[in-house]
Amino acid sequence: MSLSRREFVKLCTATVAGLGVSQMFHPAIVQAMKEGAKKTPVIWIQGQGCTGCSVSLLNTVHPSIKEVLLDIISLEYHPTVMASEGEMALEHMYEIANKFAGKFFLVVEGAIPRAANGKYCIVGEMGDREITMLELTEELGKKAHAVLAVGACACFNAGIPGAAGNLTRAASVQTIFNEKGIKTPVVNIPGCPPHPDWMVGTIAYALAHGIPELDENGRPVMFYGENIHENCPYLKYADEGTMCETFTQKEGCRMELGCKGPNAYADCFKRRWNNGVNWCIENALCIGCVEPGFPDEMSPFYEG
Amino acid sequence: MSGCRAKQAPAAAAAPGKKIKIAVDPVTRIEGHLKVEVEVKNGKVVDAHCVGGMFRGFENILIGRDPRDSSQIVQRICGVCPTAHATASVLAQDKAFGVKITTNGRIVRNLILGANYLQSHILHFYHLAALDYVNGPDVAPFVPRYKRNDIRLNKEKNAIGVNQYLKALEIRRVCHEMVAMFGGKMPHVQGMVVGGTTEIPTAAKIKQYAERFKQVKEFIENEYLPLIYILGSEYGDLLETGTGWKNVISFGVFPLNDEETDFLLKPGVYTNGKDSALDTAKIKEYVKYSWFDDSTTGLHPSQGKTVPAPEKATGYSFIKAPRYNDTPHEVGPLARMWVTNPELSPEAQKAGFKRMRDFGEKAFSILGRHIARAEEAWLVAKAIEQWLSEVKPGAETYTPTEVPETGEGMGLTEAPRGSLLHYINVKDSVIANYQIVSATLWNACPRDDMNQRGPIEQALIGVPVPDPKNPVNVGRLIRSFDP
Repeated sequence: MSLSRREFVKLCTATVAGLGVSQMFHPAIVQAMKEGAKKTPVIWIQGQGCTGCSVSLLNTVHPSIKEVLLDIISLEYHPTVMASEGEMALEHMYEIANKFAGKFFLVVEGAIPRAANGKYCIVGEMGDREITMLELTEELGKKAHAVLAVGACACFNAGIPGAAGNLTRAASVQTIFNEKGIKTPVVNIPGCPPHPDWMVGTIAYALAHGIPELDENGRPVMFYGENIHENCPYLKYADEGTMCETFTQKEGCRMELGCKGPNAYADCFKRRWNNGVNWCIENALCIGCVEPGFPDEMSPFYEG
Repeated sequence: MSGCRAKQAPAAAAAPGKKIKIAVDPVTRIEGHLKVEVEVKNGKVVDAHCVGGMFRGFENILIGRDPRDSSQIVQRICGVCPTAHATASVLAQDKAFGVKITTNGRIVRNLILGANYLQSHILHFYHLAALDYVNGPDVAPFVPRYKRNDIRLNKEKNAIGVNQYLKALEIRRVCHEMVAMFGGKMPHVQGMVVGGTTEIPTAAKIKQYAERFKQVKEFIENEYLPLIYILGSEYGDLLETGTGWKNVISFGVFPLNDEETDFLLKPGVYTNGKDSALDTAKIKEYVKYSWFDDSTTGLHPSQGKTVPAPEKATGYSFIKAPRYNDTPHEVGPLARMWVTNPELSPEAQKAGFKRMRDFGEKAFSILGRHIARAEEAWLVAKAIEQWLSEVKPGAETYTPTEVPETGEGMGLTEAPRGSLLHYINVKDSVIANYQIVSATLWNACPRDDMNQRGPIEQALIGVPVPDPKNPVNVGRLIRSFDP
């Protein structure tokens, strides 16, 4: 079964709102991924991060993480998941990067610190020499087919590690690539963390059809194309001027509590989170974690 | 695969009396960046250094922000246990703001943190630690692995392990759904705020939480606990390996009363064989061997400063060295279960262990720590059952608050991986100082100013490394702490 680009995007975007189960990845997508991928090698590296993006990836429902790991991609390097460790793991990573140069996907989670020659994030040691995240991003970045920068830290202004007051000069993948003149395409999948569908869906599309359509911030339009406030189920309250006064009041718009929905572009309002059980605005409010201005321009988060 | 690099010719391994150095970097299947360097003599570790390889500077980033932002920012310290950081932050803020939360607010906080305890323990055992005891399928990311990896399970038991590994992927996802039910989303919840929680539970959401919980509890009782005791019989020597300092500390977690004076897992200290009450004034952080400025050493967290010095010659880690009464202490499930000493699961009773301390010396071991973690998962599951009977649909969970002009507070809780302290100081209604002493600081720290090893460093002493190219027990020991 093969899906056209158009059908693919339609399936990714047409999640069912309000039905409780909203992570409706079509079985055809799983099939297309399995065929398209042929177990494409993926190298996943981590800089200044919290592993939250990896943990979020584990929450994927359709396809399940079991299918992703065993049938779709070949996850050759992932510090949190792989059996291997130490120099054995690094040797294998370099072997795969060389053997599949120009073909493997590089996923970067976490920011890349530039201060102190990169010493604020050491990712391993080969032959008595420490390897910094800065060096590794440059070296693997040049060889990769494309880079998926996952999470707020790897995108834009480097999320929390890059926020005001940081001493490590933390930077995103695209910033490093611009500074080093690396031309490998970068797809930003922001969010703190990103929804698993945004990561799996982008990988699926890239395996089947190449880089998806991106917005001016390098984000896939199919996931980040819509304004949260304009599509919010509580918009009617905003229109009639009914505002929530405390967090636990749910009949009203959350804007006066600090909600950043008007500044945020993502499909959380219809996709919902964690197998559709809840999402930030139903529970409290949006902190704008998918936007380049996160966190500094989104602060204070709570004003209730 | 070359395995792990021995810094001298591997042949030296066999030469009696000769020391060889082994470095493992990265230590994988943990949260964050860690390197370990051990010296091996006559097939056993005789010295060890733990090196934390990353600094982000949360404490500096928090200065000058709205105090309420802290519960969001600090969750990004750890994507496996964000709810614990949120808990410590809101407890510190509750004090600094002078707010008392409602009964339902306390219970919903317990339901949020409790569900993530189950998630974290299951993720840790199956997806981080289990590959030290079970061979995964022969495909990436389960290969490469050590050639002689000392996996002792027969085909049948190994298959049980692999099947549970895969099933546990789903079970931990379901735990996250429980967290999100009242927390909004996971990782990183929206619903944990100063003054309580943001969503009053409805009967429908309580029911959805309870349905998921039932599935998780069955998994813990019927699969996780029995597998742990299978490992106990197959890897018996690991119940006598990795002792460490045998000092433990717990701050207490899951308040059972509104005064927050009684806890499911109690606060307490156990040092050199003696129990004592926790006195947080005795906590200090040392930095002689950490990449922080020497002028900041020996401070109580309320006076704490974070001044990185990445080129400092005596430094070898970005982790500070917290000490209680100037003595290193281990934190985590073993510490909590040792301090509380609760009644254990029927599975443990069958094996003749009624309470945690019935394990005696064996508790302080690689497998002892895994047993304590699994037993704690069972204990927290029992408590969740109780909280589900106490939570009131429709009852208020939030007490309105105002940012004070000045205030300070210390938030003490327990992350799944161990004791967690947040300290907030508010001046001019913004954060003037914020200090975080997390579990991994206690366990994976370097030496302190008195040259005492950190708990993992000490626990590595004596760990058998018969084959320096395949130092499997080093990884097993480190992961037993869940750093």
